[in-house]
Amino acid sequence: MRHGRNRFIVSFLAAPVAIYLIFVIWPYVQAIGLSMTDWSGLTPTQDFTGFANYIRLAHDPVFWLSLWHNVILLIVLPLITLTLGLFFAFMINVGGRKRKNQTVAGVRGSKLYQVVYFFPQVLSITVIAVLWGAIYNPNNGALNSGLRAIGIPSTISWLSDPKLALGCVIAVMVWWQVGFYVVLFSAGMSAIPDEIYEAVLLDGANRFTTFFKITFPLIWDTIQTGWVYLGIIAMDGFAIVQIMTNGPGGPDGATTVVPFYLWDSAFNHGQAGYGISMGVAMLIVTLLFAVLTLRFSRRERIEF
Amino acid sequence: MGGPSEVSRRTLLTRAAALGALAVPGAALLDACATGGGSGNASSDKGTVTKDNPLGVKVDAPLDVVIFKGGFGDKYATDAEAAFKQKYPKATIKHTGTQTITQQLAPRFVGGNPPDLIDNSGAQQLDMNSLISKGQLTDLTPLLDAPSFDDPTKKVRDTLLPGSVEQGQYGGKEVYAMNYAQNVFGVWYSQAQLDKYQIKYPQTWADMITACETLKGKGIAGWTYAGKYPYYVHFAMYGMIAKIGGLDVMKSIDNLEPNAWKNPAVKTAVDAFAELAAKGYILQGSEGLTHIESQTAWNQGKAAFIPNGSWVENESKPTTPAGFNMAVGGPPSASAADKLPYGSTWSASGEPFIVPKQGKNALGGQELLRIMLSKAQSQNFAKLVSSLTCVAGAADGIQLPPGLTSANALLKAAGQGVSNPRLPDWYPDLEKKSLGQNTGLLMHKELSTADWITRAQAAAADAVASNSAIKKFKHSS
Repeated sequence: MRHGRNRFIVSFLAAPVAIYLIFVIWPYVQAIGLSMTDWSGLTPTQDFTGFANYIRLAHDPVFWLSLWHNVILLIVLPLITLTLGLFFAFMINVGGRKRKNQTVAGVRGSKLYQVVYFFPQVLSITVIAVLWGAIYNPNNGALNSGLRAIGIPSTISWLSDPKLALGCVIAVMVWWQVGFYVVLFSAGMSAIPDEIYEAVLLDGANRFTTFFKITFPLIWDTIQTGWVYLGIIAMDGFAIVQIMTNGPGGPDGATTVVPFYLWDSAFNHGQAGYGISMGVAMLIVTLLFAVLTLRFSRRERIEF
Repeated sequence: MGGPSEVSRRTLLTRAAALGALAVPGAALLDACATGGGSGNASSDKGTVTKDNPLGVKVDAPLDVVIFKGGFGDKYATDAEAAFKQKYPKATIKHTGTQTITQQLAPRFVGGNPPDLIDNSGAQQLDMNSLISKGQLTDLTPLLDAPSFDDPTKKVRDTLLPGSVEQGQYGGKEVYAMNYAQNVFGVWYSQAQLDKYQIKYPQTWADMITACETLKGKGIAGWTYAGKYPYYVHFAMYGMIAKIGGLDVMKSIDNLEPNAWKNPAVKTAVDAFAELAAKGYILQGSEGLTHIESQTAWNQGKAAFIPNGSWVENESKPTTPAGFNMAVGGPPSASAADKLPYGSTWSASGEPFIVPKQGKNALGGQELLRIMLSKAQSQNFAKLVSSLTCVAGAADGIQLPPGLTSANALLKAAGQGVSNPRLPDWYPDLEKKSLGQNTGLLMHKELSTADWITRAQAAAADAVASNSAIKKFKHSS
């Protein structure tokens, strides 16, 4: 009997485990192997160079600058996106004036907002990057034209100013992502039973108290998930940097991120081995981030 | 196939191999992984050598050609292929025109089945440095020593413009690339626009400043440039450095010599461009423009001068108004003390054609090049794309468009004063990223000349010269 059951389990597990090993684990192993070679990305064979790539990486200011930009993204992007997402979702679902027959309601036109916020999610990232590249155009871009229309004679070259360029990238990423979190948090909020709101409103709580004492703790799990998702996006940022920024990656490396530098080294400058070693470094950073997030954001779960 | 026992034995062997590979992460593992393509030398089939077929092309071998379809398009190449087909009717030709050379071809190089001839150009070109250092390209010396297409008594090498063979050499005798198009770099302008404001092309920097001031009074910017790819500015700046300090200054810069950038000629030239920015002679917002956008703004008459190369005439054809009368000038003289007289400029052959060693029909690739270097095909190229080829006198006797006529004239005026900075093809990373971005900052008043020079020297000396992963090259003379 036992033998039969094991065979049953194995027969079910074998295929997915094999597929996982071949298509997920094995490429990782290969990547780690290739990161220790001088592979140009154009040859069928490569020579083993040990840790030379990693030593070079440790001394490469561009790599550290890129990594630093990813870290900035990692902190700033989730913070802004989640705050905005929470705010919008709250206003759409809970934050409105009290109306008849409804305990809680969103602001007027909340249905429309929910759809509008989701628009950027539907667009391809390439479209977004090209679109914003045009919006940031210093001469006839929508941003400066808009500023001029309201009387500010702006000639700011958004993407060419090293002090502003990264901020512009972050703004686009927030714009792109926030709609998804509005919808995600809306779903989370609508799952909170009305009775809870009813109870606090009877106790005389205002919108702020309602948010911080009820909504926020009850959708904490969702926020946490959102943080990890955004963290993963912050570790990337490649498409926007590559398509939208000057150089790309500039001015003066102001918008370079590790995935971009990786791609540039590996595919434009025939240094695939070096690029892969950056990928491995990034893998370690991403794993660290995931572990830390999950460890420090644990909270008691409230069942409702 | 085979019974179950055989399968399990094979699985066992695979597992053992995998374990072994995991246990000893070393060269053995690396050879086995990711790439997996053939590593043997694909010997190209050789046909019989005849008078008409000096390279010994196998007449029925298929030919695989990949052309960068950028500023020059790829009509000139398909025309040449038609001529090839006419000569070798049994051969089938596979033609690919693309802008993404690396993306398309890297997997084929890795797999050991690259095409037979590649026009390796554009922003996504394959890294020559790594292809050469890994020995993946065919030495084109046999082609150069073969009789030319038009005149069997003359070698191919003797039909080319001086310097074009050297352009394909990377620190040795071997010629790895045939640079087909002769580019003239400099300061491009519209003769019609200058005439309108009664300005003569300024041959000294003082005159340039006066001209820009005049234009500014008319609401026209003096200069624009491709702010998103600021290394375009170098197309005028490097020529100016060589003009001020002599050809050796740029050579020592190419050779990554210590303190090469500290030469006073560099400071004078960089200062000149900083002056344009400081005095507000640059079209507002240029720093955010791509090369196409900047050329369009220039075509629209918003700015008078643009640093560029001779491909601009063809590339900006769609936006060039009738009667624009495109022309090119050399970098203006900084002072009477310049080592070279006005006219000296940067000119080099570009558009490198390479023949991969592992191609199945490398000889066919070279034969196609030989056909392209014939008079008929060179003239066809000049007519189609308004650009000269590296074939001497190829454009003689044909009607050239205004920009090319002007480029031709400038080249004649330059005489021996032609500079040929090799940074862009020897160290593209240094040129486009480090130096280009610095120039972007300079033109945007974010960086001083002194800092520009310090950074250039640091990027060249520290980042490149001391990086053992980058193969170094030197000028032979």
